Amino acid sequence: MADIYRKSGFDFSNTVRNNYLGAKGVRLPKATSTGTTIVGCLFKDGVVLGADTRATEGEIVADKNCEKIHYITEAIRCCGAGTAADTEFTTALISSNMELHALSTGRKPRVVTAMTMLKQMLFRYQGHVGAALVLGGVDTTGPQLFTIHPHGSTDKLPYVTMGSGSLAAMAVFESSWKANMDREEAIALVAAAISAGILNDLGSGSNVDVCVITKDKTDMLRNYLMPNERDPKERSYVFERGTTAIKKETIRKFEVTDEVITGISGGDAMDTS
Amino acid sequence: MDHFPTNWGRPRYDGVDLYNTYPLHVRQDNARDAFDSAVQRTRQPIVTGTSVLAIKFKDGVILAADNLASYGSLARFKDIQRLHPVGSHTVIGAGGDMSDFQYIQHELDNLIISEFTSDDGHKLGPAEIYEYLSRVMYGRRSQMNPLWNSLLVGGFKDGKSFLGYVDLLGTTYTASTLATGYGAYIAQPLLRKAVEGRENKLTEEEGVKIIEESMRVLFYRDARSLNKYQVAVVTEKGVSISESRESPTEWAFAEKLRGYGAQTQ
Repeated sequence: MADIYRKSGFDFSNTVRNNYLGAKGVRLPKATSTGTTIVGCLFKDGVVLGADTRATEGEIVADKNCEKIHYITEAIRCCGAGTAADTEFTTALISSNMELHALSTGRKPRVVTAMTMLKQMLFRYQGHVGAALVLGGVDTTGPQLFTIHPHGSTDKLPYVTMGSGSLAAMAVFESSWKANMDREEAIALVAAAISAGILNDLGSGSNVDVCVITKDKTDMLRNYLMPNERDPKERSYVFERGTTAIKKETIRKFEVTDEVITGISGGDAMDTS
Repeated sequence: MDHFPTNWGRPRYDGVDLYNTYPLHVRQDNARDAFDSAVQRTRQPIVTGTSVLAIKFKDGVILAADNLASYGSLARFKDIQRLHPVGSHTVIGAGGDMSDFQYIQHELDNLIISEFTSDDGHKLGPAEIYEYLSRVMYGRRSQMNPLWNSLLVGGFKDGKSFLGYVDLLGTTYTASTLATGYGAYIAQPLLRKAVEGRENKLTEEEGVKIIEESMRVLFYRDARSLNKYQVAVVTEKGVSISESRESPTEWAFAEKLRGYGAQTQ
């Protein structure tokens, strides 16, 4: 019955409430943001995706080894930057819909299908779903690479970077990317780009994840590089002998020589008569 | 004529409203000095320069900056030299407001002239220029009237290289690679990877190559840059600022791609 009173189009009624709360001093809940450096690049046989593994909550590192390369289908993966919950749920939803779509069409899923589903959903939410994605995969039309911004715009490029560390990573790409690289070169380039983000951006850190997608298979190289390993815990804090240096040695003997004479043999015996 | 009787007989300030058309209850504060509104504090930079880069190498330092002074998003002046020699041991490079930079250049030139006239056998080196600039910049910031620049000071004196950063807040920082503006996000990762740990082994050609690479990437990715820049090299031989040069660029990387999404033709 309430349907006949529901207006068509977007419903922004909560913005009035939010503005009121903002004026009263209530701050928006702080979402876990992935900070992040994510990259993708095309090479001769397919596409390589890369990501760092740090998730931040304001200035605190919430997760030191999170996974930012999400599964869409067997041959399509999506890196996510922005609000962690948004990227997780958005990619999971589209992955689920892609599976159903593939079963319905009877064909291998295509990257442009996932891209269209993602951009239409993000546009519908007018940028409030804070998901900035790098979508890459190989389908029957060949290797494809896209970026999708939170407001729903997409770009089709041979190499892309997103996230707070994107400038550092893009600097590496701009100086070293070339067309038709082979697998090792592409992996090395992606790892170098993510490392630049990890070292120079405070929102990115920990390890490098790499995912290589080709026509035949997809390799998920989780923690491909670990440049920030923690030193092993000692667990024992005993001081070794010699920790304190010996500066001077003096020896005093405390041996006491006592002469005890017991039982005098011969000599004067006691006179007991 | 002044229509408001409450203003008759009181000091008048004609600076703004000549016909005194304010409503009665909002009487002007005429006790203020007539020159009050004439004193300007820098609130925003107007004509600006973008990034400056600098690295240390085996025999000295290299600085680079492009030749553009932008007027907001307009590429207004395309032949400005943003690298300035100070004496025979130092070069400074500036990003930010160009009029404030011209003032700084003037002040430093006067400093060098009075050093010359004092003729005491000492020469001002990069460390002294750096200290002087950091005091000036912090002093201006403390008066809420900053010189809106980020400056790099590089030089070579008495067998030692020097490289320092000073900005409009008076922040100072020294390192073997420095970059201001967008260069800090885009060029610094490249400079650090190439230079850190190898300052004493890096030759001049290698250093210039790294700088040229970084200037090329900056031209690709900084929307307020120009593909025309100069490189300054300071060694024990002195200061040399090169002629303007251009980077080779590659724009056909996505020739075969069509559209931005599902389009294929």
